Amino acid sequence: MRGVTELMQLLTPDGHRITVVSRARTTELDGSPTAPGGSRSEPPPGAGLPAAGPDSGPGGGEPTIVDIDLPAYVADLTDDELFGLYRDMVLVRRMDEEATSLQRQGELGLWASLRGQEAAQVGSGRALGPDDMAFPSYREHGVAWCRGVDPAAVLAIFRGVNLGGWDPAGHGFALYSIVVGAQTLHATGYAMGMAQDRSPGAAIVYFGDGASSEGDVNEAFGWASVFAVPLVFFCQNNQWAISEPARRQSRTEIFHRAAGFGFPSVRVDGNDVLACLAVTRWALETARAGRGPVLVEAVTYRMGAHTTADDPTRYRSSAELEAWHRRDPLDRMRTHLAARGLLAQERDRRLALEADTFAHELRARCTAMPDPDPTSLFDHVQVTENGLVAAQRSAFAATLDPGET
Amino acid sequence: MTSGAVIAGEQAADVGGERTGEPAGPMPITLAKALNLGLRSAMAADPKVIVMGEDVGTLGGVFRVTDGLLKEFGEARVIDTPLAESAIVGTAIGLAMRGYRPVCEIQFDGFVYPAFDQIVSQLAKLHYRSAGRIRLPVTIRIPFGGGIGAVEHHSESPEAYFCHTAGLKVVACSNPADAHQMIQQAIRSDDPVIFLEPKRRYWEKAVVDPGSPGEPSPNATGGLHSSAVVRAGTDATLVGYGPTVRTCLDAAEVSAADDGRSLEVIDLRSLSPLDLEPVLASVRRTGRLVVVHEAPSNVSVSAEVAARVTEQAFYSLEAPVLRVTGFDTPYPPARLEDHYLPDVDRILDAVDRSFGY
Ligand SMILES: Cc1ncc(C[n+]2csc(CCOP(=O)(O)OP(=O)(O)O)c2C)c(N)n1
Ligand SMILES: [Mg+2]
Repeated sequence: MRGVTELMQLLTPDGHRITVVSRARTTELDGSPTAPGGSRSEPPPGAGLPAAGPDSGPGGGEPTIVDIDLPAYVADLTDDELFGLYRDMVLVRRMDEEATSLQRQGELGLWASLRGQEAAQVGSGRALGPDDMAFPSYREHGVAWCRGVDPAAVLAIFRGVNLGGWDPAGHGFALYSIVVGAQTLHATGYAMGMAQDRSPGAAIVYFGDGASSEGDVNEAFGWASVFAVPLVFFCQNNQWAISEPARRQSRTEIFHRAAGFGFPSVRVDGNDVLACLAVTRWALETARAGRGPVLVEAVTYRMGAHTTADDPTRYRSSAELEAWHRRDPLDRMRTHLAARGLLAQERDRRLALEADTFAHELRARCTAMPDPDPTSLFDHVQVTENGLVAAQRSAFAATLDPGET
Repeated sequence: MTSGAVIAGEQAADVGGERTGEPAGPMPITLAKALNLGLRSAMAADPKVIVMGEDVGTLGGVFRVTDGLLKEFGEARVIDTPLAESAIVGTAIGLAMRGYRPVCEIQFDGFVYPAFDQIVSQLAKLHYRSAGRIRLPVTIRIPFGGGIGAVEHHSESPEAYFCHTAGLKVVACSNPADAHQMIQQAIRSDDPVIFLEPKRRYWEKAVVDPGSPGEPSPNATGGLHSSAVVRAGTDATLVGYGPTVRTCLDAAEVSAADDGRSLEVIDLRSLSPLDLEPVLASVRRTGRLVVVHEAPSNVSVSAEVAARVTEQAFYSLEAPVLRVTGFDTPYPPARLEDHYLPDVDRILDAVDRSFGY
């Protein structure tokens, strides 16, 4: 597929369009995709746990750069599917804009904007299948969208009406993790279970450049590698962890770290939705095939503030913002679609209308969300009844006005 | 009941001496600004004081408590650390072993737990384990408590975990003047101090004299580990710390106006060690005690206060020691936090119940 090649950007100093670095499993890396939705190699007997995976020995030698025919991983996309990726990004950005304005109007307590990261999230999110399980951080509204989570449920967390209002198992999308990095270990354990169960799926875990410094994340790298779990580490390097630039977290490129842990990695242009889709499809395929974890570093940019509580003018220049503005992932995809004649005026207009309606309805549903029943704060503290909590609940209920419950 | 140990090396640093660029004389400032000025004084007084944490440099901290310090003291002393709490405390231990006085900022209460091992198993125990050879003058600042409408993990009250750990000192400031003084005293302490800052009170103002020197010793009256009567009264005693001191004062105000009751309010200030002398003296006069905090009740600071007051002033008590606390649930979503947090009504209800005995 011609268009993909045009769209994918050079990001690595060594001139590779997309670099896959492998240490332990060079020979295992498959350079071509399996048929979409098609055959997957059964894990070898005993490939589950522990340490009986196909690559249980330590990786040797220098990291090797492997050329993989990534465009082939998106060669099957129809024109409608291509436009669909754009539609996803448009709607997700619109959700983000609406949420930001809802926060300003006091309808949300806080909002963490994903602006600039739509391609990384939609590209990777759309690579996932029904058997896969995603573990987000707190900014993955675009992945939530791809996993069929109601955007209003995402807003509900930031409105402060609940702490996670969707069914993780039903959506293949875990709850948001506000404690930076913790979810990488959950994903690793989940993937250990998937391997044990011979699940046809894989897990993917999202984290940031800042998170890459946390102990949990580095422990997850080690475990996932040792147990060769079916897991894709998807790092959105958006250049900032609140006020600290990515170079404060790591003196090497983040994707280079995987080599030290003995598993392959790839750095991808995170503002290129097709590149992200291709790379994630390849990484998931590698993981699902029992060849262990892969680290994907999607190089992107947090175009907005860290959250609505943040003032980025205190620590970054408008020139930097401007430079990344020119790489806006939505503009990139528009250019691509236009070049392929897929951006007919009528279709574009209809999408704009759809986005307006979507935003309008989302806003209405958000502002209509009632505060929860006060006594619900005592619900689900634990599975079995706790006498202390039960006593506090009854005492509390007795103090409420009749209208309050 | 102050801790009897004499803490070596705690000299009165000259924080009242001439400093440049600091406004002179008493003035109304916020609690956050008071901490900022206290940190500045501590850094000016002792070149070994180092401030470290996430976003404390260029940004000046998410609550701006470290605002301007990077500019004034440079990158070697104000360190924007990588995002790793265990490393912040772990490296602070190493720096302290090398003679530095690190002041670590944990961005929010809910993010201190990745550092739990370094605090509880390392920081708290090295002095004991080394038979006194190692001193770890590390201050860990933690904005704590709820009431700001935040998302999960930003509103917790983790003090009991640390009070339960021998080797740590735990203090909580409640107002700008104390904040200004206590942060300097904590930094001068040769023992590790968990320094809790009531984040919903960061923006409350009071008159502070930035030139006022810290007390000579944290254990002297008015020192870091002494509690304080903040409103005198005769009918019942309210005890709070950190964010609930203001709530107790409000309750005392309402009670005086509506019920004609005179409530004494005591700010614990130090949670470990506890200074219960003023509380016991008060209870011996009033016979009634209500302890108020945001943390859940189970195995909490109020549990310890109630037990000790019962042991030491049993015959003075006219009613059981009552507690007004957060519930024994996780901190709820923001839209329910007003129900969770102790408020004036719940405190006055407890006072009524106390009088009902
Ligand atoms: C354990 C922990 N420490 C600190 C924080 C406060 N905090 C929230 S987001 C953030 C920066 C995260 O940066 P990064 O991982 O790059 O993700 P991004 O916000 O850029 O998406 C920090 C320090 C937290 N949520 N959890
Ligand atoms: Mg980041």
